[in-house]
Amino acid sequence: MSLIAITDVHKRFGENEVLKGIDLDIAKGEVIAIIGKSGSGKSTLLRCINGLETIDSGSILVGGVQLSSEEKQLRDLRQKVGMIFQQFNLFPHLSAGRNVMLAQTVVKKTPKAEARKIAEEMLDKVGLAHRFDALPDELSGGQQQRVAIARALAMKPAALLCDEITSALDPELVAEVLQVVRRLAEDGMTLITVTHEMNFAREVCSRVVFMHLGRVHEIGPPAEVFGAPKTPELRQFLGVN
Amino acid sequence: MTDFTLWDIARNLLLALRWTVLLSLVSFVGGGLVGLLILFARIARPRALRVAAKLYIELFQGTPLLMQLFLAFFGFGLFGVSVPAWLAAGIALILWAAAFLGEIWRGCVEAIARGQWEASASLGMSRFEQMRHVILPQALKIAVPPTVGFSVQVVKGTALTSIIGFVELTKAGTIVTNATFQPFTVYGLVALFYFALCWPLSLTSQALERKLNVSHSHY
Amino acid sequence: MTYTFNFDWIAQYWPVIVKGILITLELTFVGGVVGILLGILCAFVKLYGAAPLRFVVGAYVELIRNTPFLVQLFFIFFGLPALGVRLGELEAANIAMVVNLGAYACEIIRAGIQATPKGQFEAGVSLAMTRLETFRHVVLVPSLQRIWPALSSQLVIVMLGSAVVSQIAAEDLTYAANFIQSRTFRAFEAYFVSTLIYLVLAIVLRQAMAGLGVLIFPRRSSR
Repeated sequence: MSLIAITDVHKRFGENEVLKGIDLDIAKGEVIAIIGKSGSGKSTLLRCINGLETIDSGSILVGGVQLSSEEKQLRDLRQKVGMIFQQFNLFPHLSAGRNVMLAQTVVKKTPKAEARKIAEEMLDKVGLAHRFDALPDELSGGQQQRVAIARALAMKPAALLCDEITSALDPELVAEVLQVVRRLAEDGMTLITVTHEMNFAREVCSRVVFMHLGRVHEIGPPAEVFGAPKTPELRQFLGVN
Repeated sequence: MTDFTLWDIARNLLLALRWTVLLSLVSFVGGGLVGLLILFARIARPRALRVAAKLYIELFQGTPLLMQLFLAFFGFGLFGVSVPAWLAAGIALILWAAAFLGEIWRGCVEAIARGQWEASASLGMSRFEQMRHVILPQALKIAVPPTVGFSVQVVKGTALTSIIGFVELTKAGTIVTNATFQPFTVYGLVALFYFALCWPLSLTSQALERKLNVSHSHY
Repeated sequence: MTYTFNFDWIAQYWPVIVKGILITLELTFVGGVVGILLGILCAFVKLYGAAPLRFVVGAYVELIRNTPFLVQLFFIFFGLPALGVRLGELEAANIAMVVNLGAYACEIIRAGIQATPKGQFEAGVSLAMTRLETFRHVVLVPSLQRIWPALSSQLVIVMLGSAVVSQIAAEDLTYAANFIQSRTFRAFEAYFVSTLIYLVLAIVLRQAMAGLGVLIFPRRSSR
């Protein structure tokens, strides 16, 4: 059974229908890259999976449980699916370590000492064990994004959603973040990433989804999608003719 | 006729100043507590609560404080209760301050970036938990300068309670004037005393504001 | 015992109310126009004036903003005659309103000017305009446009604050309410009605200022 099952999902903002019937099944351990032009609906799809946007019709199942807008269910879902944002969104009033600890203690009621241990572990995993007490604005963009990854991992999610997580970074900081994501993929984490990093998509992902005008336009293993694009839209997007 | 020295005048005014200070404190603290309720209603999920809070704010910000004082003072009469001036003054000032503080704080909560709500939601926090652990701690920080700034308005607002007969600094000024026939000196002193109360608060608010801007400038 | 509301007095006393409204509006109009002009002048002096002038304006602004309007009014009406300046109630009320709004407007306008990009001023001066010409033609209008909402709010605050001029017997809307309640003993109703009128005046004034803003400032072409 697939971990995430998306069936005929529609979403509109006013007059503008951004998702026009999305079907997508994602198995445990898969690494998916969603690519496409801006406005193709790729970020919206990701936000729907996390319940940050409500869907107008269709269904999203995570671990066999239907996504609804009911607060309690949403809470359960979000503990299973973590999200990393383009703008990091660290809590600026809390140290890196506290950022990682907060949701554990508040949502999962993990005892402080244990939450701290997990936080240290997770920060170590992203190579920032030594910056536990640093405030977000004392960290570089790349470091902040790595803390954000540690923060999501601390909730022990079954899948991680990454929304253009390197787009706000200076070029020289992109590699350190992708390195962390690459290692997560190797460890078997289920990842769904909206990305502009085509090399990353080619090397790390099990499948690539090309979205166009609110639909899944083309889908397949990277070798196929990048090597032999079938549709003119994808060829144009990739700049091959 | 007896002659009044400057010290006689100042001493009488200073005695009344205590009531200005006390009423200001009560109004500010009470207004803060009620203001918190207004804030929470203003940003609550149910639309009815939000609308009610907005109406409350519009009503108190759109009418003169003096009228609110009159209505509080005479309103109790409707129930056959006659209340002393200080009580009517306290109640009116608390409700008035609550409207302004609630609105100031709402602005601070809304100034927190949307990403903070989204990030905390994506970690599975409930709305209450988001408020408690993520939004309010940040909003509180930016709320301090305008809140201190508003305390100046509260101190000045207490002057109006003289009109419904509460003897604070301004009323004492009128009484002393009637006894001494030295309105220039008396009201000059009254103004100076208010200034002595308010100016430090204004300066503090401005200094805090600058400090906040500096610490936020590299975002 | 339950209190029964009685609004019958309105039939007899409405002319008093109308007169009160007119006086309140007159005070607000004069206070608004002259006060804003005074504010512009003070803002200019505070930013570009000589040091002693800057100090005087600074002291004026701080003094006014840190003392109650009621006390300012009493000082002008009761205190100034000691210096030989004798004023009628309306004159005193008008002056107090202008002086009060002038101080707040000065701070608001100054902040608006300081938010003007420096290049604007430099561009003006580089075209051989004098400081004053640059200020008038290049800096002032966009600055005013920027702070127009804040200025409008302050004018509403001043209008509502003008209720206290009744205390020196200026016959504004509050004075009318006082007058009516002393005749009819319907204090709550009299203040209730005048409160509602103030609320309407505040809403109308805010709308009028917004409309005025659209009229006097060149619209940015959005198409």
